[in-house]
Amino acid sequence: MKRLLAAAVTVASLAFASPSLAQTPPNVLVVGQIAEPKSLDPSAVTAQNDFRILLNMYDGLVRYKDGTLEVEPALAESWTISDDGLTYTFKLREGVSFHDGSPFNAEAVKFTFERMLNEDHPYHDTGPFPLAFYFSSIDTVTAIDDTTVEFKLKEPYAPFLSNLAYATGLIVSPKGVMDNGADFGRNPSGTGAFKFAEWEANSKVVVTRNEDYWDGAAPLQAVIYRPITDTNTRIAEMLSGGIDVMPEVPPDSLQQFRSDANYTVYEQVGPHVWFLILNAKEGPFANKAVRQAANYAINKTALVDNILQGTAAVANGPTPPAFNWAYNESLEPYPYDPEKAKALLEEAGYDGEPVTFYVTEGGSGMLDPIAMGTAIQADLEAVGMDVNIETYEWNTFLGKVNPGLEGKADMAEMAWMTNDPDTLPFLALRSEAFPDKGGFNSGYYSNPEVDELLNKARQATDQGERAELYKKMQEIVQEDAPWVFVANWKQNAVTKASVENFKLQPSFFLMLQDVAKPQ
Amino acid sequence: MSAYIAKRLLAAIPVIFGLTIIVFLIMAMIPGDPATAILGSYATPENVEKLNRDLGLDKPLVQQYFIWLGNMLQGDFGRSYTLNRPVIDEVLERFSATLILAGTSLVLCSVLGLIAGVISAVRQYSWVDKAITFVVLIGISVPSFWLGLLLILVFAVNLKWFPASGMYAIYGGGDLPDLLKHLFLPALTLAVVATGVIARLTRTAMLEVLRQDFIRTARAKGVTESTVIYKHAFKAALVTVIPVIGIQAGFVLGGAVYIETVFQWPGIGSMLVKAISTRDLLLVQGGVLVVASAYVLFNLAADVVQTILDPRLR
Repeated sequence: MKRLLAAAVTVASLAFASPSLAQTPPNVLVVGQIAEPKSLDPSAVTAQNDFRILLNMYDGLVRYKDGTLEVEPALAESWTISDDGLTYTFKLREGVSFHDGSPFNAEAVKFTFERMLNEDHPYHDTGPFPLAFYFSSIDTVTAIDDTTVEFKLKEPYAPFLSNLAYATGLIVSPKGVMDNGADFGRNPSGTGAFKFAEWEANSKVVVTRNEDYWDGAAPLQAVIYRPITDTNTRIAEMLSGGIDVMPEVPPDSLQQFRSDANYTVYEQVGPHVWFLILNAKEGPFANKAVRQAANYAINKTALVDNILQGTAAVANGPTPPAFNWAYNESLEPYPYDPEKAKALLEEAGYDGEPVTFYVTEGGSGMLDPIAMGTAIQADLEAVGMDVNIETYEWNTFLGKVNPGLEGKADMAEMAWMTNDPDTLPFLALRSEAFPDKGGFNSGYYSNPEVDELLNKARQATDQGERAELYKKMQEIVQEDAPWVFVANWKQNAVTKASVENFKLQPSFFLMLQDVAKPQ
Repeated sequence: MSAYIAKRLLAAIPVIFGLTIIVFLIMAMIPGDPATAILGSYATPENVEKLNRDLGLDKPLVQQYFIWLGNMLQGDFGRSYTLNRPVIDEVLERFSATLILAGTSLVLCSVLGLIAGVISAVRQYSWVDKAITFVVLIGISVPSFWLGLLLILVFAVNLKWFPASGMYAIYGGGDLPDLLKHLFLPALTLAVVATGVIARLTRTAMLEVLRQDFIRTARAKGVTESTVIYKHAFKAALVTVIPVIGIQAGFVLGGAVYIETVFQWPGIGSMLVKAISTRDLLLVQGGVLVVASAYVLFNLAADVVQTILDPRLR
């Protein structure tokens, strides 16, 4: 017994031996991730969490200009678009190499896209590639010469350039894929500012500076990504000094970090919209006046200020302001006006028929869905609507909402984050996007004018022309109120005060190329 | 003895396979499928169907199970599609981390629980007994995930004595002292409840033994009090306590699920939680198989030890 005690004391004193813990070294940035990455193959992943690593290891042909969602040259130095909007020709940057030493050229571009899209491609089986449909408009990719690549599209598709800047459009090393096959995601090779060094499962991913980066070597020597799935633990790590950067800080903790000079809090609105899908096909919301009444009845300012504690802004319409060039500035959000809502309900002859409201427990971009659902229920009941909430776990919820609300529910929570103003309305507001046609218009909103505007905007190659069409669409959709427009999320992050040049991007990508941490 | 062990092991096989069938069915029955989980908002019926085909999930359920079983018997546990690596690598790596955590915890709770129980029993109704009983009751009642967060707050955030999470330091470290430093808080948290249970039980068992005739005989023969307690009474009480420690081993494994999540310990519990929420069927199957086998083995080990200690059972 005494010997056992002695052993226990030895163990304890060993553990106490060095109290100086958890100080991250200079020039190495430790990022607290919300989960283990699925893969480091940009063609194969879908999660923002993984993009935070990939955008620093790979480049696309184009990229989002700092602080915007507009594209600028990256691996392509320039490009031309044919008048019919069907042919995109890119002139590639010369002298760029992948981290594995193989050259970046037109063949690598062709390989990246054909691997994802072409089921007969010899390396298609290294997938699956769940977001390949971002590029489903591509008909052929041709390497004209070493530094020229030509994309032929099946039909004009204006978001094409923006999609090339998205994580799914990052260029992979053909040699890396050929050498590693399905394990490419664990032995990645790109052209980016940081190259892969080590992936210790469930512990860390380490990337180190690419000294030969075409856009200038990064100030940081290395970045370490640590997966910490539990939010409270992640906060504890930030407070105890185990990580330097923490994205996705919960609203409750923002204040604590704000009031502490050792930390800096960053916020940035992004292309996110949180809304309620209303069932426009049947039930009370088939009547436009009732849909508008719901928009008046819900106190959005209270939702974003109290429940989301200022981590979101009130949404005006279907398009988030982060798409500044396509956003209609003249739109004002529906004001909180319960009296007007009551009047509209009366005008519509609403007879107190109960409505079913699908609420989810959590999920990508859903913010605080249960608390928000409850507050929304209370607001609607205050104007005389009888709201029954049904709560589902995220995957179950998607399985119920995506096939359409008909016969099941009258309203449902939903949130989207996209990279182009085309994506969400095209997939969720057109008559051609009803669930049975493979779209996400789960509330069956249909307005031929909106359909035409969206189809035209997709065909147009001039950004000014597209902007006009989207602005018009926003006006009509706001008036028709197929959704209750609720919130645009501000992404946030907290860093140690010693982290320099840190910036959040509207794309929600974490770009670390210019970040420094001298101490 | 070896015949007994072999018989018990054989009996465990149908239990484990039955379990894999049940888990497989539950995973198939809960709504939501892997393709939806991967695609999230982009899960159109068309995309889901294509991805399911790529993942080999478009086949009938029974066929899927037998494909899994067939491969498994040949040592191929499949590939996790959320982690994009072989299930067996992930499961073994994770399980060894859990064994380190649960094993340390088990040693910790057995030692502390036995000591506390014996002291309590020998000094029955004294202030020491009352103090131990009080602490033990609190230990049994406190939810362990909350206790874990509290310990992190005190010892990692404020005092900075121990790291808040993880198994090894992110840079440097990787040696035994580093591991122990990371291990201390989660192992302690995980041990608290089991310590309480074992302490209570040891106390009762010891009290019962101390009242028996052979103890009176031993004392009458003039055997010293410490020999009576540690050699005679404690050994007899262990017979009651050991099977409970075996059961506690199972609870410790189960409790590891929360503790691993709170402390970001890369064990099999946190792996299973993630795998279930992403509907990673093969990973769930592999994980359950290993955990269930371990549970069976622990109980078997406890029974064997008991048989060795208790001559009446031979």
